[in-house]
Amino acid sequence: MNYINSDLKVVGTRPVRPDGVDKVTGRAVFSADTRASGMLWGKILRSPHAHARIVSIDTSKAEALKGVYAVITSADFPNIASEEAFVGEGPMNFRDLSCNIMARGKVLYEGHALAAVAAVTPAVAEQALALIAVQYDVLPHVIDVDDAMKDGAPVLHDDMFTAGVNPKPTKASNIAKVVTFKKGDIDAGFAEAEVIFEDSYTTKPVHQAYIEPHACLANYNADGQVTIHASSQGHFMVRAYTAKLLGLDMANIRVNPAEIGGGFGGKTLIYLEPVAVALSRKAGKPVKMQMSREDVFRGSGPTSGASVTVKLGAKKDGTIVAAQQVLKFQAGAFAGSPIGPGCMCGFAMYDIPNVDVLGYDVVSNRPKVAAYRAPGAPISSFAVECAVDDLARKLGMDPLVLREKNAVVNGSKTHYGVSHTNIGFTQVLAATRAHPHWKAPLAEGHGRGLAVGFWFNIGGESSATVHINEDGTVMVATGSPDIGGSRASMGMMTAEVLGVPVSKVRTIVADTASIGFTFLTGGSRVTFATGMAVTQAAEKVVEQLKARAAQTWDIPVDAVEWQDGKAVPAGTNAGAFEPLDLAAIAAKQGRTGGPINAEVSVNAQGAGAGFGAHICDVAVDKETGKVEIVRYTAIQDVGKAIHPSYVEGQIQGGAVQGIGWALSEEYIYNDKGQMDNPGFLDYRCPVASDLPMIEAVLVEVPNPRHPFGARGVGEVPIVPPMAAISNAIKGAIGLRMPDLPMSPPKVRAAIDAAG
Amino acid sequence: MSKSHVTTTINGEAAEFLCETQQTMLDVLRDVVGLTGSKEGCASGDCGACSILVDGTLVCSCLMLGVEAEGKSITTIEGIAQGDQLHPIQQKFLEHAALQCGFCTPGLIVATKALLDENPNPTEIEARYWLAGNLCRCTGYDKVIRAVMDAAAVMRGETV
Repeated sequence: MNYINSDLKVVGTRPVRPDGVDKVTGRAVFSADTRASGMLWGKILRSPHAHARIVSIDTSKAEALKGVYAVITSADFPNIASEEAFVGEGPMNFRDLSCNIMARGKVLYEGHALAAVAAVTPAVAEQALALIAVQYDVLPHVIDVDDAMKDGAPVLHDDMFTAGVNPKPTKASNIAKVVTFKKGDIDAGFAEAEVIFEDSYTTKPVHQAYIEPHACLANYNADGQVTIHASSQGHFMVRAYTAKLLGLDMANIRVNPAEIGGGFGGKTLIYLEPVAVALSRKAGKPVKMQMSREDVFRGSGPTSGASVTVKLGAKKDGTIVAAQQVLKFQAGAFAGSPIGPGCMCGFAMYDIPNVDVLGYDVVSNRPKVAAYRAPGAPISSFAVECAVDDLARKLGMDPLVLREKNAVVNGSKTHYGVSHTNIGFTQVLAATRAHPHWKAPLAEGHGRGLAVGFWFNIGGESSATVHINEDGTVMVATGSPDIGGSRASMGMMTAEVLGVPVSKVRTIVADTASIGFTFLTGGSRVTFATGMAVTQAAEKVVEQLKARAAQTWDIPVDAVEWQDGKAVPAGTNAGAFEPLDLAAIAAKQGRTGGPINAEVSVNAQGAGAGFGAHICDVAVDKETGKVEIVRYTAIQDVGKAIHPSYVEGQIQGGAVQGIGWALSEEYIYNDKGQMDNPGFLDYRCPVASDLPMIEAVLVEVPNPRHPFGARGVGEVPIVPPMAAISNAIKGAIGLRMPDLPMSPPKVRAAIDAAG
Repeated sequence: MSKSHVTTTINGEAAEFLCETQQTMLDVLRDVVGLTGSKEGCASGDCGACSILVDGTLVCSCLMLGVEAEGKSITTIEGIAQGDQLHPIQQKFLEHAALQCGFCTPGLIVATKALLDENPNPTEIEARYWLAGNLCRCTGYDKVIRAVMDAAAVMRGETV
């Protein structure tokens, strides 16, 4: 059923989330809060070198230390073959994942894990790590993406031959893959252009910087059964990866989803769980592991840094006729940057007849990148949206007019072959034009920037159950870890379908043994796909409730309707019966056919793509180079906001992560290839005093493929900020800042260089 | 190495514990006392997720030794509500949807308590600077600041 034009009573309201009280009282149980009887503490030894051959690892002294129960290295893991992962987000190879969580033969970045211990206390575990003697043969390293692509650069993998080029190279290099997307005739397009703009841009790797470090508790029993408590974006992913990396049966692994303290893509893969299970197997006791913040920065995935060029050609009237982009993405130590979506997203907002995009996936001696909120799109869009802004200046056009003129609409075919359907970009641009911020006069010395952004959003596999309790209250279970309030939205959709107050519905995230397979929480998919499963399960329950009423009244089931939480006879011909509400039917469910419940699994298709536009005003302190965000407005098509507060929260949070990416966040390396700022003091995330209020404007263009019209929300808002801010800085001081972060020293240097 | 015996007050109750001299107050709370509401986000005093009050003063418990609790009065997130009655700050965080993942929330609430105890009528700027030591990666702080300002108004008796 479709509720898009229905009179909704619950969906669209702002109830308190069901897990809220636990979280404001400190009672919510995150992974690091779990304990087990007889538990040991696991710790990981990490490489101090950016690139080295492991000559030998002597663990004997560590093993001899009192209180140490297990020491493991890659020798304790099966040496698995190269295989594309079948679950998870983004390109991932099981062999690479195995070598990433425990180095085999070589360490490929500073922070690369190469041994682990389990001991009675964290302090003893630390002492044991210090007793492991590793002999390294230190190798030359390479950090920067452009350097890694040069001839003669240190090669990380002697079996890496660039994929996607013909003929296949015979010489190993750091270029894992080349991807191209072409539409029309790029040369003819530029020949036709009357105005051409071209520039180069760079971005730094930035970390997802979830405040909760990775943590898990694992127990390997003597009978081979494994339980894991983990904080992740997908406990089914944890189960699959752990099974694969240790050669275990999935049925022997039960993963309990702990509360997750932020992920943003960075918890769509694993680091600790197979290590903890292997330690537990060897020690014969449960093992708890948690990363330090330094471990998180050095050993877990940031997103790619990149080097990008953009060339745009337009007619004098502003029609963009040719667009070209070259993107070089750092993948970290193993192949698999988000180069594909990076190549697709930059020009996805514009209807351009001739497009040519070339992307490189490049390894270097850095931690393997992990997904980060709209992976690849923010990098690509930063470059494109800066270039579009400068093209507008060159054309003497208003930047919003130029975007309106070239914006995609339903039916526009992208350069990656897909035609846009059910999109609301036109409405987003109209809301931008109409917003008071866009029309507000600028203060003296301030600059205003605009940028737009796109993300695909995904659907996929989700499972949900709805149970009717004996008193008519309702239980909902899904397999989607709740990272930002999805238990609230799942409960609300269920309450809407059943016609009961949301307070009568309780939602949980079920473990891997208790619910059907559910793909991870990523791709902005949960409200869309899991919401679809929940809605369908609730509808199946409604059918049963109607059948029980029909049975009670002894009339045909099609003579019963479900209205406002009650079964009523459908019209006067059906008979005159008092309505039966959910509680009345539930009370008699044992006598009318047994428990009332439904389980639905879907492979949801038709996730509507999302578009956003951000307006940003900045003030630049010319003496220090500090950029202050004075006013910020984020406008986005959200389909239908199930719980508007959490939709706004996604947009505000995404925008602020983008502000950090734009102004202050970066990995800084020394000449030994070691990260110099692996802590929150020197890796500078935005704090409250850096920011104004972030106005989130919800544009609701319903997605017809979802019962309530929802589309993904969480990723789009990190796409526009970097360009919106760079464009605002240009407005303020007349200088283009093409390199992220636009930190005070860089801005000051640009001002000085301009004289 | 022998452990130190510490006599203190935690959330209004007399408490005693044994700890290693080098153990932080955060580790003591989480691993010895069993109060896991205070979170470790950095262990270096940069994120504020472990915020507690020590004799009313806001402290990152990861930067304090457990032995320093001797004779002090400690308030953790577990001591903010009165029984089943949420504190207005907690209530306003819920109403304003000022949390997403909820990991930084205990620290933010404890830090807000310290702010409003000291300054019942902060400006938005004052609230933003006071909370600058509490990192939140999910919310962008907008709803957090709204919740803080609203809680302050309630505590002053201006609104409900």
